[in-house]
Amino acid sequence: MSAVVGEHHDDHHHGPAKGLTRWIYTTNHKDIGSMYLWFSFIMFLIGGTMALVIRAELFEPGMQIVDPGFFNQMTTMHGLIMVFGAVMPAFVGLANWLIPMMVGAPDMALPRMNNWSFWILPFAFALLLSSLFMEGGAPNFGWTFYAPLSTTYAPPSVTYFIFGVHMMGVSSIMGAINVIATILNLRAPGMTLMKMPLFVWTWLITAFLLIAVMPVLAGVVTMMLMDIHFDTSFFSAAGGGDPVLFQHVFWFFGHPEVYIMILPAFGVASQIIPTFSRKRLFGYPSMVYATASIAILSFVVWAHHMFTVGLPLAGELFFMYATMLIAVPTGVKVFNWVSTMFRGSLTFETPMLFAIAFVILFTIGGFSGLMLAIAPVDFQYHDTYFVVAHFHYVLVPGAIFSIFAAAYYWLPKWTGHMYDEALGKAHFWLSFIGLNLTFFPMHFVGLAGMPRRIPDYAMQFADFNMVSSMGAFLFGTTQLLFLFIVLKCIRGGKKATAQVWEGADGLEWTLPSPAPYHSFSEPPQVK
Amino acid sequence: MTDDNTHTGQKSNRKVVIWTLGVVVGMFGFGFALVPLYEVFCEITGLNGKTGGRYEVSSTIEVDDTRRIRVQFLTNNNENMPWQFKPVVREIKVHPGEQMKVEFYAKNTTGKIMVAQAVPSISPAEGAEYFHKTECFCFNQQTLQPGEDINMPLIFLVDKNLPDRLHTLTLSYTLFDVTEKTTKTKS
Repeated sequence: MSAVVGEHHDDHHHGPAKGLTRWIYTTNHKDIGSMYLWFSFIMFLIGGTMALVIRAELFEPGMQIVDPGFFNQMTTMHGLIMVFGAVMPAFVGLANWLIPMMVGAPDMALPRMNNWSFWILPFAFALLLSSLFMEGGAPNFGWTFYAPLSTTYAPPSVTYFIFGVHMMGVSSIMGAINVIATILNLRAPGMTLMKMPLFVWTWLITAFLLIAVMPVLAGVVTMMLMDIHFDTSFFSAAGGGDPVLFQHVFWFFGHPEVYIMILPAFGVASQIIPTFSRKRLFGYPSMVYATASIAILSFVVWAHHMFTVGLPLAGELFFMYATMLIAVPTGVKVFNWVSTMFRGSLTFETPMLFAIAFVILFTIGGFSGLMLAIAPVDFQYHDTYFVVAHFHYVLVPGAIFSIFAAAYYWLPKWTGHMYDEALGKAHFWLSFIGLNLTFFPMHFVGLAGMPRRIPDYAMQFADFNMVSSMGAFLFGTTQLLFLFIVLKCIRGGKKATAQVWEGADGLEWTLPSPAPYHSFSEPPQVK
Repeated sequence: MTDDNTHTGQKSNRKVVIWTLGVVVGMFGFGFALVPLYEVFCEITGLNGKTGGRYEVSSTIEVDDTRRIRVQFLTNNNENMPWQFKPVVREIKVHPGEQMKVEFYAKNTTGKIMVAQAVPSISPAEGAEYFHKTECFCFNQQTLQPGEDINMPLIFLVDKNLPDRLHTLTLSYTLFDVTEKTTKTKS
């Protein structure tokens, strides 16, 4: 480790190296950020294809395209790839690109570790994806991999899954340590903590969540590994273990994990909305405190995922009230975003459209979350499509829309060219319509009792499922348009100014566009 | 955060790496610590219906003659467990504090030697801490020869502090096939 920390890169005045080795050996935060973003986009397409397999099978009742075993592999792999392969690396990529520029640093604090934490990922996912071609198939126990489904009854490929998760965990932890070190040590003179842009703040808190819960995930998969191969009985009742313990440990990781996927999105929205409202962010300190309280509360609500396993009444009540408490800081945030827009002079460029859709649709997802938080009601909703609708509303227009918004917002800074605004707006509207068509009907079929993770369903759900499937194909194919827009923007387009957006404020906008390979070799002064 | 030598912050980088790695290692340990913590928590609250180990009867135990508790016995076979397994009596009424002996019947219906482990659970879970077993076949594993059958004893008493609102306790045993596990550890 000392070699990593001790060696400061001495190539300050060189541009990027040429050829493939540039990408393999790079310690540059912009190169690594770009690789993270491309990697996550590839994973997004792979996970999206799996979602389309699921939706194709559910287009009509009855079994037509895939066999149920493969369907289970698809739901499992779709979840794992989207969570660990698409959303998390995309945010790490944004952190890499933006945090050094936002705090006025030349690079990340630990550039070599940065290279390492990225290059572990392709191997982790190669391991996970290779299980699709193994005898017995890929993991088929759901992305939550509840024991004993994932231990006693798992396909042999579960061992590859476990090592894949270990590697993703190592990668995330190293990424998080890097973010913490950069933010704590490399801020420009004068940039106090309470002057940091909110994206930096939300990432700092996210990084703390990561180093706190990724080790717990590593622990739980290690226990699975020991149960499977070394005859321990952590989760096996026959040997004195308890399968419910698995759920407790998993969700102790799992609930903070969902905030890991949404806090940076809050940060992105808090950067974009003020720019296009041409106002300062309303209630900056309350935003910081709200983010921190959400992060702290996220550690004491995990059992709301398990209301139906037979918790005692006191437990049900505690987790119900604690969960509802999270609505308070989240409400503060939504209030602040709306107040920032209130009486602002608004324009609706593509990033702003995505950011506003984020606020509205994330709030819908939050409300369905409140419904699920009511323990007695959850007994009916548990494991239905209502849950699927809920978490897709917080993840797709929440996390993923904010990633799109961030991409459009900072693309001119990254590439030096403006993207095609008309195509960007088309991408937004097609995505917006596609995602609502896909996920809104799931609320209805869920409330009517359609169970999740089942490849067939009763006749009365047919129409809504057909709508969902059509929406999914619209949303999925629309993302190829995004690929086209980004490629077009990289190849050329209107020259972007340094500030790019009229109302943009922050250190990254003081750099020329495209941002130079090494930013801020001289620390800027922050007043 | 007052360090202004931001570009020579290698020492403080090392510091950050050390304490963050400390958190990582600590949380990895905490994940495993959750296992015994959960055990203790469940034992205190009876959360998962798990009953305790062997109970030592004090000689001065009083019997509460004023009420009778209905105790029901259920048996389940874990999947792929071919044994016959059933309670000899399905239900019994006891006074709190009164020791009772009941028996369970098991028969190895297969043609090979098998080892079984029974795992008990009480419902409602809040009654678990008031149900004491002084002798139970579930404390040991049972090895039966092909075709052999056995009556297995359970001696228990219901604590006289059992809350008044509980009239019925259901004791359920699940029988697991642990043949493979035990032979593996022995070899």
